[in-house]
Amino acid sequence: MNEIKLELDILRYDPEKDREPHFQSYSVACQEDWMVLDAINHVKDHVDTTISYRWSCHMAVCGSCGMMIDGKPKLACKAPVKDYANQKVRVEPLANFPIERDLVVVQDDFMEKLKRVKPYIIRKEEKPIEEGEYKQTPAELKKYKQFTLCINCLCCYAACPEYALTPEFIGPAALALAHRYNQDSRDQGLAERHKVISTPEGVWDCSFTDTCSLACPKHVDPASALQQLKIATTTQWYKELIGMGGN
Amino acid sequence: MESIKTDIAIVGAGGAGLRTAIAVAESNPDLKVALISKVYPMRSHTCAAEGGAAGVIKPDDSLDLHFNDTVGGGDWLSDQDVVEFFVNEAPKELLQLEHWGCPWSREPNGSVAVRPFGGMKIKRTWFAADKSGFHILHTLFQTSLQFPTITRFDEFFSIDLLVTDGRCQGVVAMEMKSGRLFQFQAKAVVLATGGAGRMFPFSTNGAIKTGDGTAMAYRAGVPAKDMEFVQYHPTGLLSTGILLTEGCRGEGGVLRNKDGYRYLQDYGMGPETPLGKPVLKTMELGPRDRLSQAFWHEMQKGNTISTQWGDAVYLDMTHLGEKHINERLPLVRDLSITYAGVDPVKEPVPIRPVVHYMMGGIHTNIDAETPLPGLYAVGETACASLNGANRLGSNSLTELLVFGKRAAVNAIEHVRSSDSKLNETSLKEQAEKVQNKIRDLVSRSGGTESIAGIRKEMATSLESGAGIYRTEETLQETCKVLADLRTRYAGIELHDKSNVFNTDLFQALELGNLLELAQTVAEGALARKESRGSHQRLDYEARDDEKFLAHTLAYYQGDDKPRIDYHDVIITKSKPGVRDYSGGAK
Amino acid sequence: MAYVRPVSTTTWYLKDRNYFIHMVNELTSFFVGAFALILLWGIGAVAGGPEAYQSFLASLTGPGMRLFLWVTTIVIFYHAIAWFKVTPKAMPVQKGEEFVPGSLIAGGHYVVWVVLTLIVLFLAGVL
Repeated sequence: MNEIKLELDILRYDPEKDREPHFQSYSVACQEDWMVLDAINHVKDHVDTTISYRWSCHMAVCGSCGMMIDGKPKLACKAPVKDYANQKVRVEPLANFPIERDLVVVQDDFMEKLKRVKPYIIRKEEKPIEEGEYKQTPAELKKYKQFTLCINCLCCYAACPEYALTPEFIGPAALALAHRYNQDSRDQGLAERHKVISTPEGVWDCSFTDTCSLACPKHVDPASALQQLKIATTTQWYKELIGMGGN
Repeated sequence: MESIKTDIAIVGAGGAGLRTAIAVAESNPDLKVALISKVYPMRSHTCAAEGGAAGVIKPDDSLDLHFNDTVGGGDWLSDQDVVEFFVNEAPKELLQLEHWGCPWSREPNGSVAVRPFGGMKIKRTWFAADKSGFHILHTLFQTSLQFPTITRFDEFFSIDLLVTDGRCQGVVAMEMKSGRLFQFQAKAVVLATGGAGRMFPFSTNGAIKTGDGTAMAYRAGVPAKDMEFVQYHPTGLLSTGILLTEGCRGEGGVLRNKDGYRYLQDYGMGPETPLGKPVLKTMELGPRDRLSQAFWHEMQKGNTISTQWGDAVYLDMTHLGEKHINERLPLVRDLSITYAGVDPVKEPVPIRPVVHYMMGGIHTNIDAETPLPGLYAVGETACASLNGANRLGSNSLTELLVFGKRAAVNAIEHVRSSDSKLNETSLKEQAEKVQNKIRDLVSRSGGTESIAGIRKEMATSLESGAGIYRTEETLQETCKVLADLRTRYAGIELHDKSNVFNTDLFQALELGNLLELAQTVAEGALARKESRGSHQRLDYEARDDEKFLAHTLAYYQGDDKPRIDYHDVIITKSKPGVRDYSGGAK
Repeated sequence: MAYVRPVSTTTWYLKDRNYFIHMVNELTSFFVGAFALILLWGIGAVAGGPEAYQSFLASLTGPGMRLFLWVTTIVIFYHAIAWFKVTPKAMPVQKGEEFVPGSLIAGGHYVVWVVLTLIVLFLAGVL
C-alpha cells in the first residue's frame, strides 16, 4: 500500500499554560486509505499523547470529530488524507466556538439553543399506546425525513457567518430541527415553536449564505429548512393576526 | 470534594440511560434525576446501530415465536423469564418511541414496517431506513429535553461507585473540562454505559465503548456475567471495522467466498435460497455466531480473499438495484463508498467478521437489579440475561427500551422505600480514595509504558487467543499476557498533566477498565470447557448442558485474576434443543 | 478560561470564497434598490404630465446615466437568476412520495419571468 506524507499543523491551547492558542507541527506517514482522524490518532498514540480532541464512531454518525481542516469545517473521520497529500494542513477547533482545550470547543451555546426550539412531538392529545401507531404514509415521512439526519456535528455553525458575527443567532441545526418537527404529521407544536423561531435571533438572523448546507457532511441542507421556515413563520404571523393561528 | 445530591443517578446517556431517565421523569416528576455521561448524549454509540429493533406487531407473528427465536438464538443460555418479559413488553416500547416521534419506515398504508433479520422465523424488526439506532437515540434525547427534572451532566467521566453499608449510594465523577471531582450522592444508581468491544483490535465499536460502568460495578464486588460471550458481527468493513447492518442480508444481500460461491450452505444453513429472496432463519439470515464461524472455516480452507487488511469474503448486493439500496440501505452505500471505495450497487463489498457486541456484562435479574442494593444496570453493560450465548440482531435496541423502563420502575420503588440516611464518613473516605487514585495516575513520573502500547498488546492477544475459535493453549497464553499487562499498567506515565480536558488521563482510566474486563473474558472462556453460541472451543466442540448450562460469574480479586463461579440459568418453557438453521427446519 | 477567537466585522467575507460571493450578491441589491427608485421617479414623472415625463426621459440619456442603467440591468439579471436558482430550497414541491426536481421549480420561475418580460415589452410597444 502506498504511503502518504502529511504535515499537520495542529492548533494547541491549554488554558493552564497558554495565554493564546499556537500551532504545533507533526509529520505523519499515513496509509493511503486513512482519514485525517487516523493521522491525528496516530500522533496521539505514538508522538504526542497530550493532544485533546473528541472522536468516537469513525463513521460520520456520532458528530464528535468536527474540526476545521485547512480552514473548512469537516468531520475528521470523513476527510481523506489523500486530499491533503504532501501539503501542510491546518487542523483547528471548529470556528465560532470558544476553545476549551486544543481541538475541543465549548458547545454549551448550541445545547441551550437546541433545547430552546422544543425539538420533540407536541400534541394537544396523546393517543394511548394500546391504539397503536400514528399512521404516517411514506410520503408524509419523506416530507421531513431529510431534516432528521442531522448528527449535531456543528459544522454548519462553524460555516455560518451570521453565527460568527451575531452569536445570539439560534443557528442552522437547531432551527432545521424545529422545522423537522413542524413538518412531522404527528406533531401539533408549530404555534409554540413559532414563538422561538420568529424572534430576531431565530430564523430572521439568517441571510441565506447557504454555507451551512455546503458544509453539512450529512446533506441535511439546513439552509433549505431555514428558508422554508421563513415562509412558514410569515404565514403563521398573518394567521395569528386574524386569529387563526392555532393553539 | 463537592457533592451533588440527587434521587436517581444514571451513568450513561445512550438509548438505555435516556429511556430510564425519561421513565422516571414522566411518572415521578418529584424525583430528581442526574444523567451523567462522559460524552454528549448524541455521541453515544447507540447512534451507530443500523438495522432495527424487534417487536411483535404483525398478525402473522406471535410472542411465542419471538421467545423461541431468542432462546434458541442464545443457545439456551438466556434466562427465560427475562426473555418472556422482554418479548411481551417489546411492542409497547416500540410504539411509545413512535409516539415520541421516531421516524420508523412505513408500509404504503401508513403502518409501521418490519424487515427480516438474522435468526428470526418471522420478520419483526422495526427499522428507520438503515439508521435505526441513530434515530432511536435522537428521538430519546430530544424527548428528554422536555423534562425539567432531568439534570444532565454532560462530559462527566464516572470513575468509581460509592458503596456504604452494603448499598450503592452514588458515584464519583470528574468534570472533564476542569478536572474537578464530584461526589454524586444518590439513593439509586443505574449503569447504562454500554459494552467494552474496544478491548479487541477490530470492532464496530466507537472509541467510547470501554466498559467503564461494567468495570465500576465489577470493582465494587458485583460479578461480571458471561463475559466470554463476544459477538462477531459477520459483515464489517475491512481496515476500519465499520458496521454494515444485518439489514443488508435482510434485504437480500448474499455472502460469497473468493470463488463467488455462497458458502453458508456448507455449514448447515443450506439449501441455497434464490438470489434476492431471502428465507428467514436460514442461509444469510442465520444467526450471527454461525455466520462468523463459517467465515473462520472458509479461511482455514483457503477460500477467502487475501487483502492487505487480512482475509475477507464478499457481501454481494449488486442484484438489489440502486433504487432499493438508496431507499433501504442509504447509509450502507455511503459507508462502503467512503470507507472502502466500493459502490455496493455496482460491486460486491469485501467484508469480514468484526467484534460488535458483548452478551456479557453486569449480573442483573429480570428487574434490572444487580446483587448490590441500589445498583441497577441496563443495556449492553448488563447481562440480564436476555441474549444468552449469542444475541439475535435487533433485540438489543429493544432491550434498551424495555429494561430502561424496568430499571426506572424498580429504582423508583427502591428510592421510595429506602431510608435516606447516608453514611457521610464512609462516603468521604471512598471519595478520597478516588481522588488519590487520580492524583497518583497524573503525578506519576518515570514510567516506561505507553497507553497505546499496552492497549495494542491487550487487543492483539485477545484476538489471537480469545477470538472466534479458542483453545486451551491460546486462552492460557492470553490470560498470562493480560495478567502481565495489568502489572505493567502501573508503569504508564501521563505526559498531559493538565486539569482541562485531559484525554491522556481519560484514556488511561479507560484502558484500566478494559484490562480488568479483558481478564473476565479470557478467564471465563478458559473455564468454560464447551462450545455454546459465540464461545467456540476447538478442544471442546460440543455443547455440554450437564456441566455448563450455567452463567459464568467473574468476581474482582484486585490485582489477581478474577475468581470464576457459576449461576443457574432460568429455564421455563423451552428445554435446550438443537439450533437448526437449515432450510428444512421448522 | 475558554479562548474566544476574534472575528473581524470588516474583513470576514475575505476569508472564504463563498462568503465573498454572498457579499457580492448582497451588493447587487443596491442596484435593485436604485432601479426601484428610478422607477418611482418615472412614475412620479408620468403623473406630473407630458413635460415632466419628457424631462425624465432626457435625464436618462446622458452617457454616465446610460452606463449606470446598463450596469443596473446586467446586475438585476444576475440577481434574478441567482434568486430564482434557489427557489426550490424555499419552496420544495412534493408529488406523491418524491419531490419535484429543483431544476423544474427554478425552470418554471425562469419561464414565467421570460413570459412576463415579453408581455411587458409588447405592451410598451418595444416588441
